[in-house]
Amino acid sequence: MSRLRSAPGKTLLGLFFTALMLFPVYWMVNVSFTDRAAIRDGMLYPHSFTFDHYRVVIADQLPHLRTSLVVGLGTVVLTLLVAAPAGYALSKLFVPGRRVISFLLIVAQMIPAVVMALGFYSVYSGLGVLNTVPGLILADSTIAVPFGVMLFSAFMRGIPREILEAAHMDGASYWRAFVSIVLPISRNSAVTVGLFAFLWAWSDFLFASTLNRDGGDLRPITMGLYDYIGSQNQEWGKLMATAVLASIPTAILLLLAQRFVSAGLTTGAVKD
Amino acid sequence: MLAGIGFIAPLLAYLVIFYAYPLYENVSMSLHRFTRATYVTGEAPYAGGDIYREVISSAQFWPTVLQTATFVVVSLVFQYSIGLGLAVFFQRHFPLSVVMRGLFLVPWLLPIIVSATTWQWMMDADSGIINRLIGVVGSDPVWWLNSDNSLWAVIIANIWLGIPFNLVILYSGLQGVPVELYEAAAIDGAGRGRQFWHITLPLLKPVTAVTLLLGFVYTLKVVDIIWIMTTGTGSSQTLATWAYSMAFGKGASAVIKYSEASVIGSILLLVALVMGFVHLFVQRRQEAV
Repeated sequence: MSRLRSAPGKTLLGLFFTALMLFPVYWMVNVSFTDRAAIRDGMLYPHSFTFDHYRVVIADQLPHLRTSLVVGLGTVVLTLLVAAPAGYALSKLFVPGRRVISFLLIVAQMIPAVVMALGFYSVYSGLGVLNTVPGLILADSTIAVPFGVMLFSAFMRGIPREILEAAHMDGASYWRAFVSIVLPISRNSAVTVGLFAFLWAWSDFLFASTLNRDGGDLRPITMGLYDYIGSQNQEWGKLMATAVLASIPTAILLLLAQRFVSAGLTTGAVKD
Repeated sequence: MLAGIGFIAPLLAYLVIFYAYPLYENVSMSLHRFTRATYVTGEAPYAGGDIYREVISSAQFWPTVLQTATFVVVSLVFQYSIGLGLAVFFQRHFPLSVVMRGLFLVPWLLPIIVSATTWQWMMDADSGIINRLIGVVGSDPVWWLNSDNSLWAVIIANIWLGIPFNLVILYSGLQGVPVELYEAAAIDGAGRGRQFWHITLPLLKPVTAVTLLLGFVYTLKVVDIIWIMTTGTGSSQTLATWAYSMAFGKGASAVIKYSEASVIGSILLLVALVMGFVHLFVQRRQEAV
């Protein structure tokens, strides 16, 4: 009886919390559609509605969006290439020093990006790969690789040993078993790792602003947005329109892949 | 055995080239006096612990440590409490609860630079929406982003950023609490409050430990949210933003100071290593139970 009465109440309260939490996001969208002259009025809805900001911004930012896409995809490929075999080795094969490697992966995730950036800067300027897309891809992949290895090995641990043993009895090599059995079963984990690698590379500001700051159009969208922030007369309409563009992958992730997101977020934090 | 080594080899090579080597460079820079000229002349005289002593005895060091501690502790307390409150709120399903939980992830998934820009505009002293709302209540506008208040401004934004992480982890932790325990407690006449203190919190202890540990590490690392909102000026300077500004000659440090930045970097590295051991310890203890 009381449950029946409280359910709509909880939904109402939940809607209130959600609205409060998402208010900054709403505000960003609101300002991006508000005419320049009306922005400082602070109206709660775009009463002087305009597409002008987007028209300007899309033309300005298209090269940066393209770079971000390339960097994101490159990071996904590199991350999967390194993480999937390592996950297989750590979960299913004999690896000397396995506990040490697992420990190093956890520490790797705790190292501040600013420390990594300093080291990379010194190495990159020696090699002459500052301000290049491959350089940025390599740096961005360090955000995702340790996470990827942990997620893959956690999942692959659950693959029944018998399946792999049967394959070996039929004469399949370890490589064969990995490619035609382990990888197909781990498809969902690969999607999760890929999604996060892409999102983190797309969102990265720290590596881009240090290792790729003079790269012109070869700088990602986060730097495109940063250019607007840095300019003296801050154009909030344009800024917010760029911010909305930079949020597109987030929206896609939430609409299409929410269950992968939750799966990834709890990896390493909650034991099952 | 050979197969194991073969499959792990790419990772090991990767860890050496892209972790160990840059980190070694970082530590080496903190022990040698690197200047801008070093990249031209290649000269960086060995300085031993001198640069560490200079940085630690500089007027900025201890205030920055204190601000970093404030930033981390206040952020964690609020992220955790709000995250836990929401997790308990969402613990039992109600209409639309799944959709709402999904929407709560948004702040965590947005590029930080996007959120930071939005908060910066909301906290604008003249036309920001926050001061406008405060004005409705009749209070004076707050100069959120000036040097005295900037620490609190970035803390507020950072709490907002951290709530989704805490909510998701604590929520999945709550799924492990058997419903029968609550039912038994209810039969014994325990109200919602007592159930929370005597069942939920104690059973959530392992998850809480990991959440706070990871939260600590993530918060200590934060650069972008602070950098975008205040460029780490005034009271919002933390160890991480200080290192960033010295390394690249922006914000609070107009001059590039590679070695000094690496000193702070190495200190942060040491903290990360210690936290790694704490994590190991916490995990071992949970496995033993």
